[in-house]
Amino acid sequence: MLDSKIPAGKLDEKWVDYKGHCKLVNPANKRKLEVIVVGTGLAGASAAASLGEMGYKVKAFCFQDSPRRAHSIAAQGGINAAKNYQNDGDSTFRLFYDTIKGGDYRAREANVHRLAEVSANIIDQCVAQGVPFAREYGGLLSNRSFGGTQVQRTFYAAGQTGQQLLIGAYQALERQVALGNVTMYARHEMLEVVKVDGKARGIIARDLVGGKLERHFGHAVLLCTGGYGNVFYLSTNAMGSNVTAAWKAHKAGAYFANPCFTQIHPTCIPVSGDHQSKLTLMSESLRNDGRIWVPKKQGDNRKSIDIPEEERDYYLERRYPAFGNLVPRDVASRAAKERCDAGYGVGSSKQAVYLDFAAAIQRYGKGEVSKRNLGNISAAEITQLGKDVVKEKYGNLFDMYEKITGENPYEMAMRIYPAVHYTMGGLWVDYELMTNVQGLYALGEANFSDHGANRLGASALMQGLADGYFVIPYTLGNYLADEIYAKALETSHPAFEEAEKKTADRINTLMNIKGKQSVESLHKRLGKIMWEKCGMARNAEGLKEAIAEIQALKKEFWSDVRIPGEIASFNPELDKAGRVADFIELGELMCKDALAREESCGGHFREEHQTEEGEAERHDDKFMYVSAWELKGESEWELHKEVLNYEVIKPSARNYK
Amino acid sequence: MEHTSINVNLKVWRQKNNQAKGEFKMYKLEDVSTEMSFLEMFDVLNEQLINDGEDPVAFDHDCREGICGMCSMYINGKPHGPWQANTTCQLHMRAFKNGDTIVVEPWRANAFPVIKDLTVDRTAFDRIIQAGGYISVNTGNAVDGNSLPINKDKADASFAAAMCIGCGACVAACKNSSAMLFLSAKVSHLALLPQGEPERHSRVVNMIAQMDKEGFGACTNTGACEATCPKEISLSNIARLNKEYLTASLVSDK
Ligand SMILES: Cc1cc2nc3c(=O)[nH]c(=O)nc-3n(C[C@H](O)[C@H](O)[C@H](O)COP(=O)(O)OP(=O)(O)OC[C@H]3O[C@@H](n4cnc5c(N)ncnc54)[C@H](O)[C@@H]3O)c2cc1C
Ligand code: SF4
Ligand code: FES
Repeated sequence: MLDSKIPAGKLDEKWVDYKGHCKLVNPANKRKLEVIVVGTGLAGASAAASLGEMGYKVKAFCFQDSPRRAHSIAAQGGINAAKNYQNDGDSTFRLFYDTIKGGDYRAREANVHRLAEVSANIIDQCVAQGVPFAREYGGLLSNRSFGGTQVQRTFYAAGQTGQQLLIGAYQALERQVALGNVTMYARHEMLEVVKVDGKARGIIARDLVGGKLERHFGHAVLLCTGGYGNVFYLSTNAMGSNVTAAWKAHKAGAYFANPCFTQIHPTCIPVSGDHQSKLTLMSESLRNDGRIWVPKKQGDNRKSIDIPEEERDYYLERRYPAFGNLVPRDVASRAAKERCDAGYGVGSSKQAVYLDFAAAIQRYGKGEVSKRNLGNISAAEITQLGKDVVKEKYGNLFDMYEKITGENPYEMAMRIYPAVHYTMGGLWVDYELMTNVQGLYALGEANFSDHGANRLGASALMQGLADGYFVIPYTLGNYLADEIYAKALETSHPAFEEAEKKTADRINTLMNIKGKQSVESLHKRLGKIMWEKCGMARNAEGLKEAIAEIQALKKEFWSDVRIPGEIASFNPELDKAGRVADFIELGELMCKDALAREESCGGHFREEHQTEEGEAERHDDKFMYVSAWELKGESEWELHKEVLNYEVIKPSARNYK
Repeated sequence: MEHTSINVNLKVWRQKNNQAKGEFKMYKLEDVSTEMSFLEMFDVLNEQLINDGEDPVAFDHDCREGICGMCSMYINGKPHGPWQANTTCQLHMRAFKNGDTIVVEPWRANAFPVIKDLTVDRTAFDRIIQAGGYISVNTGNAVDGNSLPINKDKADASFAAAMCIGCGACVAACKNSSAMLFLSAKVSHLALLPQGEPERHSRVVNMIAQMDKEGFGACTNTGACEATCPKEISLSNIARLNKEYLTASLVSDK
């Protein structure tokens, strides 16, 4: 039975109550307790730094050359917090409500409420660390709005919010390294969870420079290893983002929850050719000012500026007048796909829609004229003033767009298309962020906990930092308080021996296949299957085909992959091979999960389950649960259901009209 | 965007590991789409090498959108290649012409030893941060974010310095292999904020001491770092760093 360990009591008192009653570890004992933190993105760096400050002995791992480079660095738009600095009616409850609704009623109330409660503390903590958030002329913090909400609660640092937040956490982490409380292992990849008597007691990691396997003991193991969007090959994730750590945990008994809940982000730069290695996001914040449209005529090949206003279809504003261009991501993505599939797409591939700033440039230009009292100036001058304002807000994004496409978005509308961006699914965790394996925790994007079937923009950074700074410091103590008598194990223990052997055998097997196909080419093929059959729209037939194709691909991989080089050396191809092997297995589970969930909700759209207007149709009577999958054998899983009880919010059809 | 296909010759630094002696090797690539990024062109090269049973070129990269600071190629004599304010991963093949020979090397500096081919070890930067590149505030100690208004211009200037991605191109561009631009960006980020005030003096002194210990060279104000920095970190930060250091040395005579 899955026990989510949600504390009893009223929703808004649960966390306060938990903190008041959870067990504590005294300072002398903390020094004897070792904690392994895998991953140094926002979740991992904040956890490792905080636990180090508290006095635990921490070992932190990342596969990049420095903890500062974790994928969190790429987050652009911002971070939510219920500060209500704008006095626009925001509150903890409203952030909680928006997140539950945005997640299409597939997240736990208690977790999400806690997230909303601590959100304000995150901003305070980051400001204290010196994170240079955007400010108003009065010197106070500035906010912008994001999709799926009607208040301005998003804090930001131009288009580099993730970078600034991560650098804050990274610096806190390096301070603990300097103090000797944290030992950092960069260019290391965790490849196995070591369990002793059912409890997680360490990991096997590979030093990616020399290729050697290492054993590391910990009284508890925290996986903060990010999302698995790269199962689709093309995504907005960094090239190295992978599922391997989470997958090894899954193989060691941890349940994988809602694997099919994938977020497809509506505004990314479209694919330009077969060589494409990744996709680049154009932040959701652009939807504050950019208007999305396609021509009213199918196959209209005119340039965007040559198409007159009355021949444009601002389809989001048309379909969803209340939220317009700021509908949640899943809704915006599907609407773009619908228009392109119907033949209204633009650009050479016809798989794109326009994101247009012309109106915003004029509006800002005129705003400047009246603000600065400029009187009678020419239209060209007004346009220039408007461009300057847009540049200040989004300059780095516009530059990024121009570098990739060679087109100037100040002059012509951007072309955008949806792309895989975030994974709501992940390791199943209880209220304390512990997986069903004792002592094994999952934080940040690696867990499934807070975003249900769709994540709202600017909420992943919030969740990562909430987990690391404000949740795990309490919940981990509640577990470790009972572990103070457990002496640190020697890594010569048979459990370590066995885990290392398993890892070494697998690497040897991979290297000895000596086939003909490169890792990259097999990964691309997996991505294509996933995108076509388990992407923005799914149906039973396609998913069944996908499962068969993935199983065949798995055979091909394990009999025909070619990995150059040696084991005992710096060998990025070998690292990648291990990750792709895990992605293939995950891909199968995602399709299985998508097939089992016979409803549409959030990012999961089953074509069989839609209204006449093409909106997603949930089936709360049958599917109001979290799907937690237990691995039973090759291609064999057992489904466990955690039923979701809504005590405070009444689920209803999401309506953004 | 118009695109065409070009042929290029690549002259790439190959070095098996830190101990081995390296050398240039020539490769020919045909039908490279000008829409490809520079690293995608390297992906194509590596696929070709793997197919031919050769060892692919090792290079660092992750985000491929100019923010993680991982990519690091010295292209035709310039870190990150010919475009201004740009990282290797953001460089696109439009920058080159049919028949061009492109020379690609790793960052070269004693403090950045080569790991393999185009991959170097930049952990010296992390150790410089460990020496003081932070504000000492434990989790849970913070007051309300808006209790401390900060002048917008100062906040913006601090942000401009905090944009540094720690790539090390400034070091690679400098004939002395100085890390002053990197260091000054961090010192400026924190010194411009009131939160950074209490540790202002010890920070700059300790970070400079660590930089010297790592074997980075001295700054002789040639400005090659600023010209190559993908985030346009300004030389004025080095001026601020020098001022901070001077004041710190004056007040810290204990
Ligand atoms: C382009 C982009 C823009 C985004 N913008 C926003 C935004 O504006 N607002 C928002 O809220 N969210 C945004 N997101 C989402 C958000 O950035 C991520 O969900 C979040 O940063 C994930 O943080 P994390 O700490 O969980 O994982 P990550 O930052 O992905 O860190 C994972 C860590 O795990 C390590 N790791 C992984 N596997 C292993 C292993 N096997 N062994 C050792 N180490 C391992 C890595 O080295 C890394 O340190 C964006 C995402 C993308 C792709
Ligand atoms: S100062 Fe510029 S060149 Fe130097 S590390 Fe920072 S971003 Fe790179
Ligand atoms: S790969 Fe991240 S900056 Fe180039």
